[in-house]
Amino acid sequence: MDKNNVFNLIISGVGGQGLITLLQVIDESALIENYDIKSSELHGLSQRGGSVLTHIRFGKKVYSPMVLKGEADLIIGMELTESLRATIFAGKNTIFLVNNNHIAFDNNFSKEEAIKQINEIDKKNLHLVEGSEICKQKLGKDVLAGMYLLGYTVYKNLIPLKKESIIKAIERVIPENFREINIKALTLIYDN
Amino acid sequence: MKKILLGNEAVVKGALASGVNFVSGYPGCPSAEIGDEFGKIAKDFGIYAEWATNEKVALESAIGASFSGLKSLVNMKSFGINVCSDSLFPLAYTGTKAPMVIFVGDDPSCHSSAQTEQDSRGYAYLSKIPILDPSDVQECYDFTKLGFEISEKFNIPVILRPTTRVAHQRAQVICDEIPKKDPFIEAKLKKGIFEKNPHQFCTMPPRVLEMEKELIEKIKKIKAFAEKSKANFVTGKNGKIGIITTGASYLYVMEALKKINLDIPVLKLGFFYPLPENLILKFLKDKKDVLVVEELNPYLEKEITLIAQKNNLKILIKGKELLGEGGEMNMERAYSVLAKFLKTKKIILPKIQKLKVEIPRRTARLCEGCPYWHIFPVVKRLAPEGTIFGGDIGCNMIAGLSPHNIQDYLFSMGASMGISHGVSKSSNQKVISIIGDGTFFHSGIHGLINIVYNKSNPLILILDNRITAMTGHQQNPGMGKNAMNQEAEELKIEEIVKACGIKNVKVLDPINMQELESTIKDFLQKPEASVIVCKRMCALLARRNQKNKTKN
Repeated sequence: MDKNNVFNLIISGVGGQGLITLLQVIDESALIENYDIKSSELHGLSQRGGSVLTHIRFGKKVYSPMVLKGEADLIIGMELTESLRATIFAGKNTIFLVNNNHIAFDNNFSKEEAIKQINEIDKKNLHLVEGSEICKQKLGKDVLAGMYLLGYTVYKNLIPLKKESIIKAIERVIPENFREINIKALTLIYDN
Repeated sequence: MKKILLGNEAVVKGALASGVNFVSGYPGCPSAEIGDEFGKIAKDFGIYAEWATNEKVALESAIGASFSGLKSLVNMKSFGINVCSDSLFPLAYTGTKAPMVIFVGDDPSCHSSAQTEQDSRGYAYLSKIPILDPSDVQECYDFTKLGFEISEKFNIPVILRPTTRVAHQRAQVICDEIPKKDPFIEAKLKKGIFEKNPHQFCTMPPRVLEMEKELIEKIKKIKAFAEKSKANFVTGKNGKIGIITTGASYLYVMEALKKINLDIPVLKLGFFYPLPENLILKFLKDKKDVLVVEELNPYLEKEITLIAQKNNLKILIKGKELLGEGGEMNMERAYSVLAKFLKTKKIILPKIQKLKVEIPRRTARLCEGCPYWHIFPVVKRLAPEGTIFGGDIGCNMIAGLSPHNIQDYLFSMGASMGISHGVSKSSNQKVISIIGDGTFFHSGIHGLINIVYNKSNPLILILDNRITAMTGHQQNPGMGKNAMNQEAEELKIEEIVKACGIKNVKVLDPINMQELESTIKDFLQKPEASVIVCKRMCALLARRNQKNKTKN
């Protein structure tokens, strides 16, 4: 939480990884817990396989929808290079939750180089998880990685939201035939 | 009721709450969600919604609706107002009959825009049309309703001008939920009546000059309205140092002030035009220093400086010299400008974790399976040395990025046609001009006629992927479906091209490489202009259609 008692969250990834859906679920969860909430997203060109960076801020009273660089409490990176790109929002206490997923493009870092850079982040603040791999194996769809990571943040107490609120939010936001599998992805970490 | 909405969703709700009957527009970022949503729900509310061929036609469509007594909403991105300006300015003179709100979405920092970083507020100067500038999602709802209120009261169109960070912001809104119409009692489209009034609707001279005088009087009345409007307000503890701000900038300023525990007077302006000058003067009178925080052009700063000068105030007004022009506002710039304005070292930006390496940029690219993957490499390979490539707006604009790099100019919608004609007439080089189906319908046809009529010979590739894709998959006249997803006349691009007088026309599926190659080789030899229509469905659309097929 920052000086205004607002939780600052950045989610970064690549267009097509379900960031906007994830953002909608988190926004709704914050509403359910009676937080004031604002978030910022970009549409358009970002859908063409480009970088997507979303801001979510919730607390007692929120003015700005955008996080101040250096003030992110938590950065969720859905992809390795995009996690690195989001570091401009990180300060010395920022927690990183990084999905060990690499989406190639022409002059991208190799997966090894990206992981090497990620490991420059202070060990006590870095959580590197196999979100895509676990979701692919256990649920058959790696696009659910975002929901799995969200479940992880609640499980490890990295975000001031309750699991029950998020489940309620999924029921409100996500179309009926995808609700069950999203809840499964969210609670997967609790099953271990 | 309280719910979380996207800025654009709040505009839809505000229009519904205002009783809108007629929605027209052209898709673009950050406005497309409005037309998309109305396309989906229009039937449930007895509303008519369309995607028009371009923004000028969209506005004119709404003008017809307004003159016929129907409440209308027009939606477009920033550049759309350029396209419709020729009919927009006379509309201010004639005034509206039934109220009209025109949504214009600006995109500071060009997250999803080519062309320019446009500050559409400038249109107030040319048109004298009231402009409202919302800061958050609640204001997207409230100002849409306010826009209809002002439009109805004063018979004038009202422009609602959010930026990307407002139109694509999500936040809580308190709004009315409008019930859908009972599907068993067929939601009948409201029909208006056009009452003849050429005295009011025809801008012939010298009547037009009278209308101008009427408009000026109208603006005085709207100014008085603005003075009392809750859209403009002062917050914070009174003092000698103050801030005047608007739009998304207000949010960053307030967040920053709260963080550094500074309670100073802030005047927030929801009206950009006309400005509540008395309210501004009242704010300025007891101040020594005022900072104007606005995104892009220093319009407000200049107006406020003028008010101070005219009233002989001894006051220092700062703005762009501290803030810098261009680029969107954000928290860092808000902090930075406050630190400079307050001349304090106490405002410290938090330390950022800096990586030792530079992170490679992920540039926009064609989707997996896009038909354009079949076209660009072939064109590049077959184009003779020194060929000039004309670029246009839409998914095909990616031709200008790696690994394709076949784009020598990129301007506005349809401009590839006009510019290619100019290059073709002025040089001996071969010109290959690329345009998409949506853009062709929008504004390519006029350029094509000019090419035939004024005799130039570019090779034109019309990339028909069967949808207006880049803006989020909207219907266009070549698809056989309209914005409300009803059956529509399917206009054939090749027939239009032939009707424009082009002799060499070929329609092919670009996946047939041999046919594409031989056609390009053949047409490159032709002395007159030629057109190849590369017809193959957008990959995302094809996948979605397949999914829906298997579902049924």
